[in-house]
Amino acid sequence: MAADKMILLDCYVSMFGMRVRIALAEKGIRYHYKEENLANKSQLLLQMNPVHKKVPVLIHNGKPISESLIIVQYIDELWHDKNPLMPSDPYQRAQARFWGDYIDKKIYDPGRRIWTTKGQEQEKAKKEFIEILKILEGELGDKPYYGGEEFGYVDVALVPFYSWFYAFEICGNFKIETDCPKLIAWAKRCMERETVAKSIGDPHRIYDFVVLMKKRLGIE
Amino acid sequence: MANNDVKLIGAWTSPYVMRAQIALNLKSIKYEFLAEKTGSKSELLLKSNPVHKKIPVLIHDDKPICESLVIVQYIDEVWSSGPSILPSDPYDRAIARFWAAYLDDKWFPAIKGIGMAKEEEARKAAIEQVRQGLAYLEEEFVKSSSKGKDFFGGDKIGYLDIAFGCFLGWLRVTEKMNNMKFLDEIKTPNLFKWAEKFCADDSVKDVMPDTDKLLEFAKILIAKIRAPQN
Repeated sequence: MAADKMILLDCYVSMFGMRVRIALAEKGIRYHYKEENLANKSQLLLQMNPVHKKVPVLIHNGKPISESLIIVQYIDELWHDKNPLMPSDPYQRAQARFWGDYIDKKIYDPGRRIWTTKGQEQEKAKKEFIEILKILEGELGDKPYYGGEEFGYVDVALVPFYSWFYAFEICGNFKIETDCPKLIAWAKRCMERETVAKSIGDPHRIYDFVVLMKKRLGIE
Repeated sequence: MANNDVKLIGAWTSPYVMRAQIALNLKSIKYEFLAEKTGSKSELLLKSNPVHKKIPVLIHDDKPICESLVIVQYIDEVWSSGPSILPSDPYDRAIARFWAAYLDDKWFPAIKGIGMAKEEEARKAAIEQVRQGLAYLEEEFVKSSSKGKDFFGGDKIGYLDIAFGCFLGWLRVTEKMNNMKFLDEIKTPNLFKWAEKFCADDSVKDVMPDTDKLLEFAKILIAKIRAPQN
């Protein structure tokens, strides 16, 4: 596949984009990274993802694939021999897809409300957020990764959110480790993996982004 | 592979449940249908899907699988000797998954939005979203099922056919309740034909609800939702 042309339309701070970066790194795929300004979307983005106009979009030999977990599965299926991310057993695969879907549906919104709201609304968001993390912590159990002994699909789906924890904690004035120590331990374990460490955003830069966004949105 | 013990917890009104039934039918798998009563959740459901507490739940050899599209993919992978449901090409698979996700995240909520909208503006926006979605899928049908094939999946029903076709009952109910046509021979000629073929397929015809029965159910449901809370 030496002739493959891979372009990733992404945003440094996007947890969804980070998933794709990790998957590409796991497979050792070289690609051209293009940072999008979501306040001024490129023609290429609008053309490649006209339905949602969102990042990430992977463009493989001119053909676009959108939606982060769909992209991750696509990459995993094409480069199935190297560091497989999905389990091979159908029941385990169903569990992996279920939890990927759960992460997609549940985390983003309360997380966002932690930094965009104050007072009672923020307290409610924090509570919801921790409840969801506790469910995820329960699913992890005593396994080193969601994939079991090996880093896998669900780990890829979840670990990018860890880069936003610092920003959530500062904005919400709480420490996630207090309620979810096992989850934090899992995240740190994932961070020891080079592909993860180099793919996910720096928490301080993400916090700076949040501060900027709060100013723009007029939130104290 | 022997059919072993296959159960499906569901309800005749749920398009998501229908997805699982169509997939099981395509693979000729015999299963026990455990019907949930409207307005209450069985012990088995709560035990099998503690996270979402929703139907459908497939129980295969006592192991639960939840989320309709996860179930369809599971059925395809376990009973691999039957006709394939997912496309074989990875890019085609990604596209089929993309549209299935679009239908779940944007399109069907808009269908529900038409019925639930409290203001005219919201209702109009929902209607527009539904029309836009059908325009996208009309275009996708032409692109993907080239050479005059019957279904998104080609000669036979595939993943996107199942993901989309399951909503036809509720789409027709919405058309009747709002006195409008969404699927029509002029604006969406390919989808119009596709819908007829889909509903006539052996794997679908016994599980697609009768539109009038579904309409009656919808009226009762809406009345309950709109009723003042005690």
